[in-house]
Amino acid sequence: MTVRMVYFAWVRERIGTGEESVEPPANVLTVADLVDWLAETSPAHAGAFENRSRLRAAIDQDFVPLDTPIGRAQEIAIFPPVTGG
Amino acid sequence: MIHISVQQLPIDIAAEMTRAEAAEAGAVATFTGLVRADDGVGTLELEHYPGATEAALLKVAEGAIERWSLSAAIIVHRVGPMHPGERIVFVAATAAHRGAALEACAYLIDRLKTDAPFWKRETRGVEASWVEARDGDHAAAARWDISKG
Repeated sequence: MTVRMVYFAWVRERIGTGEESVEPPANVLTVADLVDWLAETSPAHAGAFENRSRLRAAIDQDFVPLDTPIGRAQEIAIFPPVTGG
Repeated sequence: MIHISVQQLPIDIAAEMTRAEAAEAGAVATFTGLVRADDGVGTLELEHYPGATEAALLKVAEGAIERWSLSAAIIVHRVGPMHPGERIVFVAATAAHRGAALEACAYLIDRLKTDAPFWKRETRGVEASWVEARDGDHAAAARWDISKG
């Protein structure tokens, strides 16, 4: 399954790209699993995902907790806590 | 009436007020947020999640309209680079009376701060840093969770 990853703010800066396509293995069930798996793929990903408590996520543009199953998600976003307004 | 805008252009208060007053209400409550010059901030840059931002703001506006029976909810948020003193956000709630308009206006800005995917980056001289989320923002948003009788 191909998933489009999108990153924002310092997560984007640390990874070095705002989006990428990934093919997670079958044992990646939740967003947290996906983050763990991605962290193994490069030092930049590992650095961006160093502190899991500072990460937030959205599946197909809906905010979700990190333990949410990814199901048949097409787009998963990983970003820091929001600071608008 | 709901009006949502996520824009690079400066916020035109007069145009937004005209829009709010056209909703035929007895009361219009508004909030305007300006870029602060905290500790020598020279530039503030706003990043957002296109598509998801507009959807999140629409949900906030719909929540306010339903809860306070508003005739209009307006949310305008700027993105991109801006400078101290410039308007970053404008919200308006229009209702028959001031109580509903004032409460709904506070709800719009409190919820926007925690529910919409925006990120602020401050530049001071050559140093740039991402603004950290504040716990107080979550407390402000959470006070609206208590169901209204």
